[in-house]
Amino acid sequence: MDMFLTLIQVLDSTVRLATPLLLACLAGLYSERAGIFDIGLEGKMLMAAFFSAAIAAVTGSVWLGLLAGIASSLVLSGLHGLASITFRGNQLISGVAINFLASGLTVLIAQSWFKQGGRTPSLFGGGRFESAEFPYAIGPEDAELTGQPVSELMSDANSFHMVYSELLSGHSILVYVAFLMVPATWWVLYRTRFGLRLRAVGENPAAVDTAGVSVVGLRFAAVAICGVLCGIAGAYLATALQAGFVKEMTAGRGFIALAALIFAKWRPWHAMGACLLFGLLQAIALRFQNIDLGGVVIPVQVMDALPYILTVVILAGFVGKAIPPRAGGEPYVKER
Amino acid sequence: MEKMPKWADVVLIPLISLLLATILSALVILAIGEDPVAAVNLMVTGALGSTYGWGYTLYYATNFIFTGLAVSVAFHARLFNIGGEGQAMLGGLGVAMVCLYVPWPHWSIALLAASAGAMLFGAAWAAIPAYLQAKRGSHIVITTIMFNFIAAAFLNYMLVNVMRPQGSQDPATARFPEAVHLPTFQSMFSTAENVMFRGAPANISFFVAILACLVVWALIWRTRLGYEIRAYGHSETGAVYAGISPVRITIVTMLISGALAGMMAINNVMGEAERLVLNSTEGAGFIGIAVALMGRSHPFGVFLAAILFGFLYQGGAELALWTSIPRELIVVIQALVILFTGALDNMVRMPLEKLFLMLRRGSA
Repeated sequence: MDMFLTLIQVLDSTVRLATPLLLACLAGLYSERAGIFDIGLEGKMLMAAFFSAAIAAVTGSVWLGLLAGIASSLVLSGLHGLASITFRGNQLISGVAINFLASGLTVLIAQSWFKQGGRTPSLFGGGRFESAEFPYAIGPEDAELTGQPVSELMSDANSFHMVYSELLSGHSILVYVAFLMVPATWWVLYRTRFGLRLRAVGENPAAVDTAGVSVVGLRFAAVAICGVLCGIAGAYLATALQAGFVKEMTAGRGFIALAALIFAKWRPWHAMGACLLFGLLQAIALRFQNIDLGGVVIPVQVMDALPYILTVVILAGFVGKAIPPRAGGEPYVKER
Repeated sequence: MEKMPKWADVVLIPLISLLLATILSALVILAIGEDPVAAVNLMVTGALGSTYGWGYTLYYATNFIFTGLAVSVAFHARLFNIGGEGQAMLGGLGVAMVCLYVPWPHWSIALLAASAGAMLFGAAWAAIPAYLQAKRGSHIVITTIMFNFIAAAFLNYMLVNVMRPQGSQDPATARFPEAVHLPTFQSMFSTAENVMFRGAPANISFFVAILACLVVWALIWRTRLGYEIRAYGHSETGAVYAGISPVRITIVTMLISGALAGMMAINNVMGEAERLVLNSTEGAGFIGIAVALMGRSHPFGVFLAAILFGFLYQGGAELALWTSIPRELIVVIQALVILFTGALDNMVRMPLEKLFLMLRRGSA
C-alpha cells in the first residue's frame, strides 16, 4: 500500500506542477494559432507572479492579487502586440525583450516596495489560494477530529478513497480552472466562429482579410487571451503553489510550456498530455534525486533536461513532425 | 531609390533608439525614488573614472564582443541564434578540458589550444540545431533555446559528478595550473611606480576579441563565403538560383556563430575565474542579442555596443554597491535596448522615413 500511496503522491504533485505549464501552454496556443510566436510566456508569468503576490501581500486579498497579475501580464501582451502586430517587428526579438523586462522590473520594483532583496513578504491567510477540499475527502479537519495526522489516515484508507482525497481533492481552485480550460479551449477553437477565424488568421491571414475580418483585431484578441492565461499561471505560482514571489521564480517554466506546445503540435488536448508528462518529470526530479534503475543510475540532471530533449526530437521530425501554423512569425501587411 | 540616406539608417536610428531606452530607464529610476542624474554620475565614475573601472568595463565588453559577433554572423544569414548562452557554456567546458588535462609550458600556447577547444565545443553545440534547421526544418530559435537548457543541465552534471575535485563541495573544476594563467591588464600595463588596472579582470583576451572583430569583418565582406552568407540572408530563393546551397550556408554560418560564442570562454573561464564554475556565462550569451541589434550586425558596431554594455554592467555593479538600486536595473536597460533597436525598430524608422521623404521633396 505504501508504494501505491507514493505513486498517488507523485501524481498529486504532478498535477500541481503541471498546472502553471498547462495555463502557459494554452496561452501560447491561442497566440501561436493566430500567427504570433510568443517566446515571452516566461516573462509574462514572472511579471504576473510578482504583481499577484505584491498586491495580495498589500491588500490581503488573493483575488485582487489575481486581478493585478492578469493586468500586468496583459500590459506585456499589449507591448508584444504593439511591437509585432502594429509595428510589424520581429516577434522573437520582442519576446526576448519582454522576458528581460520582466526579469529586471520584478526585482527592481520588489526591492523598491518591500526592501527584502527582490522578494515579496510571505503570504498567509486570505493572501493565498486555499486548497479546495472535496466532501468526504481526507483533510486537515478529519485529522483534528480523530487526533491522527493526515498521512496516517491516508495510509489507512482504501485505494479509491486515497485517490479521491490525495489526487482529486485538495488543490487550489486555479488547478481546476486550468484543467477546465482544456475543453474550453478546444470548444472555442474548433466549435466557434471566433476559433475558426483565429486558426485561419494563423494559417492564411490574407484570406481572412479578404473575407472582411480584421486580421489586426483577431491577432490582438489572441494575444490578449494569451496575456490573461499567463497572468493566471503566474498568480498560481506565487499565490497557490508557493507563498510569495521570489526572484526568477518561473525558473524556465515558460520555456517548458513552449516545449509542451510544440510537443502537442499546437492542439489543446495534446497540450494537456504534454504538460502532465513534463509535470511528472518535474515531480519525479523533485521527489527522487538520482534514480537507480537496476544498476543504471539516472542523474537528476537528465530529468531536468528531458523535456527539452524530447521537444528537440519531436521538432526534428523523427517521431511525427511538428508543423507550426503557416503564417506564424510573419507580420501581416495588407495588400494595396 | 533609398528612402533614407545610409548614415541615418546606420547611425541615427540606433542613436534614437538608445535615447528612447535611456529616457525610459531614467523614468524607471525616478519611479523607484532615486535620482537618475546622480545614478549616471556614479555609473560613469565607477566604470570609466579609474583604470580599475575600465578594467572591469573592458572585461565585460570582451565577453559581449564575442557573443555579439556570434549573433551578428547568424543575423547575416537571417538566422536567429539565441543559443549563444549554451554555446558559451560548452566553450567553457572545452577550455577547462584543455587547461586541466594537458600540461602546458606557456600561456601563449595554452591560449591557442584553449581557443581551439572553446571554438570546437561551441561550434559542436550549435551544430545539432544547425543540422536540424537545414535538413529537417526545425525552427532554429526553438532548438537553440532548448539547447541552452540542455547545456545547463549537462554542465551541471559534468561539474557535480565528473569534474569536481575529490573532497570539494563546490560544483566547480579544480583551479587551472599557474602556467595557463593569462596576462591581465595589470601585469601588461603597470610600471614599477604606477600600478594600473589593479585587481581588474581585463586580460589579453580583449585583444583576441578585437582580432575576432577584424576577422569577422573580413569574412563577411571580403570573402566568397561571406558573400554567400549575406546573399542567403537577403533572399533564399535568389541564393539557390545563384547556386548557393542553403544547407551548407546554414550549417557553416551556425558553426562560425557557435565557435564565436564559445570563444567567450577564454575570457571568463581562462582569463578571469581560472576554473570552470556553474553559471559562468552570467547571461552574456543573451546580451549578445542586444549588442548585435544595437551594433547593426557590423563588427565595428558590435565593438562599440559591447563597450557600452560593458560600461552598463560595471556601472550597474557600482550602483548596486553604493545605492539601493539593484543590479537588475541593467537587465531592464538591456530589455529596453532590445525592444527599441529590435522589436520596435519600425516605430522609430517609419516616422524618420517620412521625415526624410518630406525633406527631399522640399529640396527638389
